[in-house]
Amino acid sequence: MKDRFNLYRFASPATFYPLAGALTPFFFAVAAVFGLAGLWLGMLVAPTDFQQGEGYRIIFIHVPASWMSMFIYLIMAGWAAIGLAFNTRLSGMMAQALAPTGALMAFLSLWTGALWGKPMWGAWWVWDARLTSELILLFLYIGYMALTAAIDDARRADKAGALLLLVGVVNIPIIYFSVQWWNTLHQGSSVNLSKSSMATTMLWGMLLMAMCFWMYSIAVAFMRVRTIMLERERNTEWVKTLLAGDEK
Amino acid sequence: MLEADNLECVRGERRLFAGLGFRLEAGELLYLQGKNGSGKTSLLRMLIGLLPPETGEIRWKGQSIKSDEFRGDLCYLGHLNAIKEELTPLENLLAAARMADEKLSEDDALDALEQVGLAGREDLACKYLSQGQKRRVALARLVKEKRPLWILDEPFVALDVAAVDWLAGIISGHLQRGGLAVMTTHQLVEIPAGTVRELRLS
Amino acid sequence: MFKIISAVISRDLKLAMRRQADIVSALFFFIIVVSLFPLGVGPEPDLLRKLAPGVLWVAALLATMLSLPRLFADDHRDGTLEQLALAPHPLGLVVTGKVIAHWLVSGLPLALIAPVLGIQFDLSTDALVVLTFAILIGTPALSGIGAIGAALTLGLRGGGVLLSLLVLPLYIPVLIFGAGAVDATVTGLGGEGHLSLLAALTFASLGFAPWATAAALKIALE
Repeated sequence: MKDRFNLYRFASPATFYPLAGALTPFFFAVAAVFGLAGLWLGMLVAPTDFQQGEGYRIIFIHVPASWMSMFIYLIMAGWAAIGLAFNTRLSGMMAQALAPTGALMAFLSLWTGALWGKPMWGAWWVWDARLTSELILLFLYIGYMALTAAIDDARRADKAGALLLLVGVVNIPIIYFSVQWWNTLHQGSSVNLSKSSMATTMLWGMLLMAMCFWMYSIAVAFMRVRTIMLERERNTEWVKTLLAGDEK
Repeated sequence: MLEADNLECVRGERRLFAGLGFRLEAGELLYLQGKNGSGKTSLLRMLIGLLPPETGEIRWKGQSIKSDEFRGDLCYLGHLNAIKEELTPLENLLAAARMADEKLSEDDALDALEQVGLAGREDLACKYLSQGQKRRVALARLVKEKRPLWILDEPFVALDVAAVDWLAGIISGHLQRGGLAVMTTHQLVEIPAGTVRELRLS
Repeated sequence: MFKIISAVISRDLKLAMRRQADIVSALFFFIIVVSLFPLGVGPEPDLLRKLAPGVLWVAALLATMLSLPRLFADDHRDGTLEQLALAPHPLGLVVTGKVIAHWLVSGLPLALIAPVLGIQFDLSTDALVVLTFAILIGTPALSGIGAIGAALTLGLRGGGVLLSLLVLPLYIPVLIFGAGAVDATVTGLGGEGHLSLLAALTFASLGFAPWATAAALKIALE
């Protein structure tokens, strides 16, 4: 019972705002620690790949970015489900705060994929199943952001966006499966990243980088959600007292 | 029968009203009054269940209005006519009734159109009708309407004097049969029967 | 239940018949887009045969997009949508009726004209049959999924472009299996597997989409 009470309390913007503010520097610091450790492991410790040379080291960015791009979409869909079920204000704001980071991760994944593909496949872009799915995921992020931006009423934007996220989450496995199917039929070139035997140090490097991206995403999402809260609730008492306090 | 409790309405960033409540029994009419933008239409949309209130609850016969049963008892007439320009008045009435799963025979529909003064125009596409005539097509629905709760948004707009009297008669007939009505209006029209209550939003 | 759906279908068909220009222009859009491709890539029959499934399907997606913004917009503007939402049965039934009516006036004509356009691309008789069949069973999914987008973008500025942005990525599976069926027939692999997956997609989206659409419409009506 006590837990339940607490959850509801933190779902209110007035309590979440200072909490997010206090936690942001912590998450940034943790992200920096994980990032430094991951880069050290990935760039200096991990052995040079006998097939791909030094170029393969870009996977320490590429793979964690792809993981995060998918993970963030799932988290957003989770917030969407909570928002539609319990009509909490925080859920829509969190989903909107996460979207740009998710899109950034998808873009980063595509970009590093292209950088990696040029020396490996001899082309910037190959219609590989994973790259194609990642591109579609980026489209889904852009669609979500365009929809919420086009709706003036914040409440309607939250709800419509939440519904789109849920529709997207149902569709993603179907899209992924169909792209796989399409790819095997058309026998696209595939040098799979996972095919090259992965040393334990490489796996650890990627995990550390993934943790870094994860913590970074939380930190920037908190920063963004604080801005969204101030903007949306600028007429409420708690924001007014907060802003009055800042001016003194 | 219709109860509203502690309703709060927030549109965009503005709080239109809070702590609003009323009770309406059989045979009673509620006039909603207030300036433009005071939340009359928002309140109506809450009462028909399309706009969920920020706080508070609305009950019909003691039950929350979210049920299908409530919608079976409700007749709503918005400020939009809800008629199709391409269809004739007769087709409009019949199609609306069929889609709402109501029984309306062609004779009843023709009779209703005659009562609103559209005899002879049943088979003319609505796009050729004047604004007032289109409004009458929308109002023709009320002639055969048997559902107990009527919610009407500005029903007297765009009507001439004779039509206003006719509509007032229709509404009082509904109240005499034990119906309820909630409506917004700018012009106060004398409704000859039933208990009239007023609610002013400011 | 079927009474409601058929009431909605018959009203929407009646409306469409009195506004035939809409149906005809979407159909001609389809014909023109498909006919432009040979002008762009050259007339070699081998190349055209290879391109035909993809070109026809992408054109079909775009032609469907053209008529989607109006799916709910007219009913929204004149207040009919409110009345439909207040009827004492689930809004999903009404949406099912509207989706079926939309398919009858947008998807079905595309399927009927597709074999004629396939001839322009030198497709064999087998491929033409599969193409027609694929468009016939794939387009209901387009109408269903599209309805969700149409409801989400109802009444928004630049709704049409936004609608394409939301819906086209969701159309990818239909495109892949639809074009894949024809492609597999052309290359002699047989398109049955694709067609059954396409049918599965259509059933799934017709079962799921109307309820998501109804939820989106309720959000738009608030």
